Amino acid sequence: MSTAVARRSSLPGFGLTMGLTLTWLSVIILIPLAGLFLKTLDLSLVQFWEILTSRRTLNALKISFGLSFAAACVNLVMGTIIVWALVRYRFPGRRLFDAIVDIPFALPTAVAGVALTQLFAQKGWLGAPLAELGIKVAFTPIGIFIAMVFIGIPFVVRTVQPVLIDLDPEIEEAAASLGANRWHTVFRVIMPSLIPALLTGFALAFARAVGEYGSVIFIAGNLPNVSEIAPLLIVIRLSEFRYADATAIAVVMLLAAFVIIFAVNRLQRWAQTRAPAH
Amino acid sequence: MSTQTTFVTPATRLQAYSSTADLAISPPSGRDASTRARSAVASKDLRSEPGPIRFIIIALAISFLTIFVVLPLLVVFASAFSKGITAYFAALAEPEALSAIRLTLLVAAISVGLNLVFGVIAAWAIAKFEFPGKTFLITLIDLPFSVSPVISGLVFVLLFGAQGYWGTWLQAHNVQILFAVPGIALATIFVTFPFVARSLIPLMQEQGTQEEEAAISLGASGLQTFFRVTLPNIKWGLLYGVLLCNARAMGEFGAVSVVSGHIRGETNTMPLLVEILYNEYQFVASFAIASLLAMLALITLVVKTVLEQRLDEGQTPRDELRDEP
Amino acid sequence: MTIEVKNIVKRFGSFAALDNVDLKVGKGELLALLGPSGSGKTTLLRIIAGLDWPDAGEVTIDGEDALGHGASERHVGFVFQHYALFRHMTVFENVAFGLRVQPRAVRKDEATIRARVKELLDLVQLDWLANRYPSQLSGGQRQRIALARALAIEPRILLLDEPFGALDAKVRKELRQWLRSLHNEIHVTSIFVTHDQEEALEVANRVVVMDKGRIEQIGSPGEVYDNPATAFVHGFIGESIVLPVEVSGGSVRLGDRPLNIAADGAASGASKLFVRRHDMQIGPAGTGSLEGAVRHVRSFGPIQRAEVALTGGEGKTVIEIDAPRDRELQAGEIIGLQPRRYRIFAAQD
Repeated sequence: MSTAVARRSSLPGFGLTMGLTLTWLSVIILIPLAGLFLKTLDLSLVQFWEILTSRRTLNALKISFGLSFAAACVNLVMGTIIVWALVRYRFPGRRLFDAIVDIPFALPTAVAGVALTQLFAQKGWLGAPLAELGIKVAFTPIGIFIAMVFIGIPFVVRTVQPVLIDLDPEIEEAAASLGANRWHTVFRVIMPSLIPALLTGFALAFARAVGEYGSVIFIAGNLPNVSEIAPLLIVIRLSEFRYADATAIAVVMLLAAFVIIFAVNRLQRWAQTRAPAH
Repeated sequence: MSTQTTFVTPATRLQAYSSTADLAISPPSGRDASTRARSAVASKDLRSEPGPIRFIIIALAISFLTIFVVLPLLVVFASAFSKGITAYFAALAEPEALSAIRLTLLVAAISVGLNLVFGVIAAWAIAKFEFPGKTFLITLIDLPFSVSPVISGLVFVLLFGAQGYWGTWLQAHNVQILFAVPGIALATIFVTFPFVARSLIPLMQEQGTQEEEAAISLGASGLQTFFRVTLPNIKWGLLYGVLLCNARAMGEFGAVSVVSGHIRGETNTMPLLVEILYNEYQFVASFAIASLLAMLALITLVVKTVLEQRLDEGQTPRDELRDEP
Repeated sequence: MTIEVKNIVKRFGSFAALDNVDLKVGKGELLALLGPSGSGKTTLLRIIAGLDWPDAGEVTIDGEDALGHGASERHVGFVFQHYALFRHMTVFENVAFGLRVQPRAVRKDEATIRARVKELLDLVQLDWLANRYPSQLSGGQRQRIALARALAIEPRILLLDEPFGALDAKVRKELRQWLRSLHNEIHVTSIFVTHDQEEALEVANRVVVMDKGRIEQIGSPGEVYDNPATAFVHGFIGESIVLPVEVSGGSVRLGDRPLNIAADGAASGASKLFVRRHDMQIGPAGTGSLEGAVRHVRSFGPIQRAEVALTGGEGKTVIEIDAPRDRELQAGEIIGLQPRRYRIFAAQD
């Protein structure tokens, strides 16, 4: 009898709810994703390699990863500036701008896509003055970059903001009392404690930009080898019924996403070990 | 004696952010408000920068947000109304538009409904019990957040498409999944899978199991305990999760685009119709639909802010009154 | 109602929270489980309540196997350390909860439930708070509501986990007396967990002292204080002076100084001498088997507490003694010391 009761818990329903959770998870997430990986087994290693190293695929991956990296860098810098302004300064409209940061999260990607295209098109509010300067944004790689900056900004801001808010004011006062000037305090005391959050925000913005589809394809121009992103190439291969090609690109992107999640998890653990005990 | 105190350290909040990467911003902790107040008070010269630098930083932040966020939002409404209000409503009254709105509402209802039920079930199993592999399970639930929307659609094409694993069988039995409502619903459920569970798990972990144990010891059954004790305590968090889940379900583009087949008047959701009309240079009509989605986003943000305040209040219990001597 | 616990074993991983625990609780008793944190007392209480399950052993309530039933079927009242009041319900609804969730067949009608809740709120003297929410109550009020809620189901036994742990000192004392008199009134078999010896000795009529998952001693408050069964109990209850001594052939030595006390049958070898602070007889230098220099004296109330550096041996041992105020001690004074009452236990480890 004692072995039968050994595993019981004070609250009921563990077996039932866990069973349902695992079933639902398997049906919706695990089996479909497993199907994707199984599909790649239809390909020989040589075929897989040929698909990935074909000029068009390579260029699409280069454009997606390269521009995402550039956009995430801009997000890192601008995100830090925005967080600093929102947390440390009082200015009219501060709360409104704080709320506005979430719009790229909330706005459906297709809406963002058409809006950015309209804005940066040659006759658009920003496209027209830029065209006069000889800069063409819409339907060029610059447009892709702009869209990626748009969708990435909340990741950096919302990751770093709570950390900066929670930063103990005493450490700055301590630095000042030890004779550090403001420059030293900011760059030697505050920034280092923000590094895990900054890197996490960067990684999240990067990951999102790599996988992004809706807000990019309208403004991108979608010229093969020039302004064609990897997710779009997957869609194109699918419409041509070249499932194997689509799958190969998808697997590479998925693995990249997993590497990023893994890195983010490690970053958080690092942040946690560095966080002072409360 | 396993006490489940959840300290909301910056790091744990990071966790919440990264995993609820998309629309989801995990419910905030009660500490924010007080610390914010404190840092406002403490903004003496010691902890601030010289005036000109301050000005430059604020100016940069405002211009960046205006160019990259405010202007795109304004463009949506300006374009939608560029030919006047009559043209706007005429565009929305098109049969194609109405059918897209209906389909979007239907798909959102299905996916939010199912994710609500299973999200609550998953949160109960994960938050109220200890078991090995819990972190791994949460990572699996989070997976859809890190998968490109296009891939989220692709996986269902590989299963149900003409050349997919079950495609032949489905065709033989005349079952339509792809390019029909079931496929669109599946893809939407996939991308919105984590929202409800992820907004409930931290909340339920923080609340612990004491009230449930009290209910059980008073003779309540499992369901009575859930409906009378747990549910009232998590209602704002649940609403928060449903809100974000719904916003994403209605706005999803990439995944749905891959499985929909774009059959006009049949399998076009609102975001897909925005694309089609835009590519046909029907800008007013395209932006009219887009403006509805933008309003949905704005309303979501407002309600989200209200809910976050509710959650804040719920998480900072009022100080215990002093005992009278 | 009686409770019997037999050979209970409970492990959390490699940590043995309960290691073969046996306990019998008689009808109408008010029993304290006393021990430091990690001694397993709360685990034992939760197992009796059905909120935790042992890896091995038996629990019977009134001779009936309890482990086959979940907490909701045991009819056990449980008062949680942090009260676990339902925060979204009024005080009234909290107390009524147990009556409202009864199966339809036995559920009372609304009027009966209302009358019963009223009666319970009267019993805990808080009927005027019926419409408040838990967040609007003080700690002591919450505690009493939690108790009323547990009593509403007419429990066969009442279990309280650190019932006064979260209260400030003054309220704690008041509630202790109140619990004691409440128990006299309703006489339900009760067990409470505490780490506060004063609380256990003052409230309970029997005390179970636990350490590291084992029961060290069961006895009346007087017994566990005056006749501690183990070194742990002596050290845990009351303040004790502990001196490392050597027992050989019936004689006791501290370092090279023989102590003029009987070994009381203690086995030969390294041992520990336990003396209560107030059980050290003070005399002029030269009297008694110990001698020391007074280093510091503080006087408060009826006693004076002195720090005494013992001479002889390594000369490093400093003890604290309590002496009555009738003979004022001076710093620097050399005094003789003789244990009046003491216990010798074999030195462990």
